Amino acid sequence: MAGSIPASATAEPGPPRGPTGKADAPLPRSVSPWAEAWRRFRRHRLAYWSLWLLGLVVLVVLLGPLVWKLGINDIDFRARLAGPSTAHPFGTDDLGRDLLARMLYGGRVSLAVGLAAMLIGLVIGVVVGAIAGIARGWIDAALMWVTDLFLSLPTLPVLLLLIFFFRDPLKAVFGPEVGIFLLIVLVIGGLSWMPAARLVRAQFFSLREKEFVEAARALGASTSRQVVRHILPNALGPVIVAGTINIAAAILTESTLSFLGLGFPPDIPTWGRILYDSKDYLDIAMHWSLFPGFAIFLAVLTISFIGDGLRDALDPRRVL
Amino acid sequence: MGHYIVRRLLIAVPSLLGISVVLFTVLALAPGDPFEELATNPNVPPEVRQMLRAQLGLDDPVWQRYWHWLTSMLQGEWGYSFVSRLDVDSLILQRLPVTIAVIGLSQVVALLIALPVGILAAVKPYSWFDRIASTFAFIGFSLPTFFTGLLFILLFSIHLGWLPFVFRSDVQATGWQWWVEQFKQSIMPIMVLGLFQGASWMRYVRSSVLDVIRLDYVTTARSKGLAERVVVVKHVVRNALIPVVTLVALQLPAVFGGAIVTEQIFRIPGIGSLLIDSILRNDTPVIMAVTFVLSALVILFNLLADVLYGWLDPRISYR
Repeated sequence: MAGSIPASATAEPGPPRGPTGKADAPLPRSVSPWAEAWRRFRRHRLAYWSLWLLGLVVLVVLLGPLVWKLGINDIDFRARLAGPSTAHPFGTDDLGRDLLARMLYGGRVSLAVGLAAMLIGLVIGVVVGAIAGIARGWIDAALMWVTDLFLSLPTLPVLLLLIFFFRDPLKAVFGPEVGIFLLIVLVIGGLSWMPAARLVRAQFFSLREKEFVEAARALGASTSRQVVRHILPNALGPVIVAGTINIAAAILTESTLSFLGLGFPPDIPTWGRILYDSKDYLDIAMHWSLFPGFAIFLAVLTISFIGDGLRDALDPRRVL
Repeated sequence: MGHYIVRRLLIAVPSLLGISVVLFTVLALAPGDPFEELATNPNVPPEVRQMLRAQLGLDDPVWQRYWHWLTSMLQGEWGYSFVSRLDVDSLILQRLPVTIAVIGLSQVVALLIALPVGILAAVKPYSWFDRIASTFAFIGFSLPTFFTGLLFILLFSIHLGWLPFVFRSDVQATGWQWWVEQFKQSIMPIMVLGLFQGASWMRYVRSSVLDVIRLDYVTTARSKGLAERVVVVKHVVRNALIPVVTLVALQLPAVFGGAIVTEQIFRIPGIGSLLIDSILRNDTPVIMAVTFVLSALVILFNLLADVLYGWLDPRISYR
């Protein structure tokens, strides 16, 4: 089959196929593109189970604090650095604060940062890529030069630089929680839009020459209508995949910043921040670093698998 | 070829200028005034402050300040650290070799993992080896470097007691013993970085080999009756690795990020821990200089990759 790309290695192989490349089983009458994507997504077992697992994590993080009522900053010196027990299923930290409560709260922050940063990065990326792809000429050249420039910025040092300079003023304006959240989300999003922009531009370049767009143009559709109604919806697949992977990257970046002590302040426990606080007690309180580290790992792993599954599901050229 | 290199160099200059503009914009937009202290100090009369400001050029228009900053950055006059009062350039030169050694060795480790595993996985796609390797690759780049670092310390330093978990720059041994000590204290940071990079590169190597292995010339080589080994090593891998070269260079910003984290975990006195320390101590000149140096290194390596790519792939025109 010319132009087909084999699915990723972690996907299940499809049913045996006839010489035409079609499945031997009779196909259902007609399926909507989303139902078809879902069918293909389910073939990627790891992605499918990752979706359930991640859903469970999100549910626990959202509903957990309603059930587990211990405060995140309740200090109990009698239970300092205690291992997991029935009173504290995840143990406690050096001030005797309950780690389960802190992990639940931190999960909300970490996942929210990932989602918000992804949205910001995606919006910037799509806008830049769409303008470059539709305008072409010098506007395209200039925008791509800027994109390449941002791609060659060393991300983490620049992130640290921005946070260093703008931490205090934003804190003063929006308060410590919202200020730091805004800052982190904005800088992570603002430094992760480049791959999406390149992707969207490439999609635009190929889609704008396709017959259906030409037909719309011939019928007198304005440029904005061509873009919004015809080109963008068809460029959506790769964008969704890139967005999913960006969530994982943003969660990793946020926890890296917090782990370096330059993310959220100590009274807002994100997963990375809990890990940072725990690293000097590795020898006597192993549980303290294992739980948040494993939570970050689980979130990033499941989101990466989901991204991989979506790539297989949304790319019609993949054999599945 | 010479022409090509010159052209690439000419493209690199605007990028370097662009990055300097970005960094300077951040610096200029940043709130806070270096003269804040003088402004609140009642012993300094306002006219003295005005004179000092004029003398240091703080009231000049923005483009003039940028020009001054850029020329002094390029001449290596990076000022001195607010904290240690040492020249910034000597501070950075002191720290750079350790970082480059750790990063370089970890990249070697990453390639040693990624190349064989990626090629083997692609030669037999969807085999059990491919599945296991790909799953491990996912696990590898989902494990953040700071967590693997802590896990390594937990296992090898605390439980087994084999390796020291604090990097010492003043190892007392000499000769052979010195190398053993150095090896023991650098193996963990190098492995942490190398495994992470190796995991993500393995997937690129795999897909790159998969792209090449289905081309017609490979079928021709097979039909000539060449051994599969020869086909893979001599015909497939040579061409498949060309895009990987660019990738290794393009991943460098991410590698610097990983290096900062590992240096922080293992307390390696490198440029990354210098950056973190100066941020925690509000040491602006050092922060700016380190970021500038890292950006310049990224551009330099992109340039190298471009040149290498042009040399490896004759399809790239030198014009």
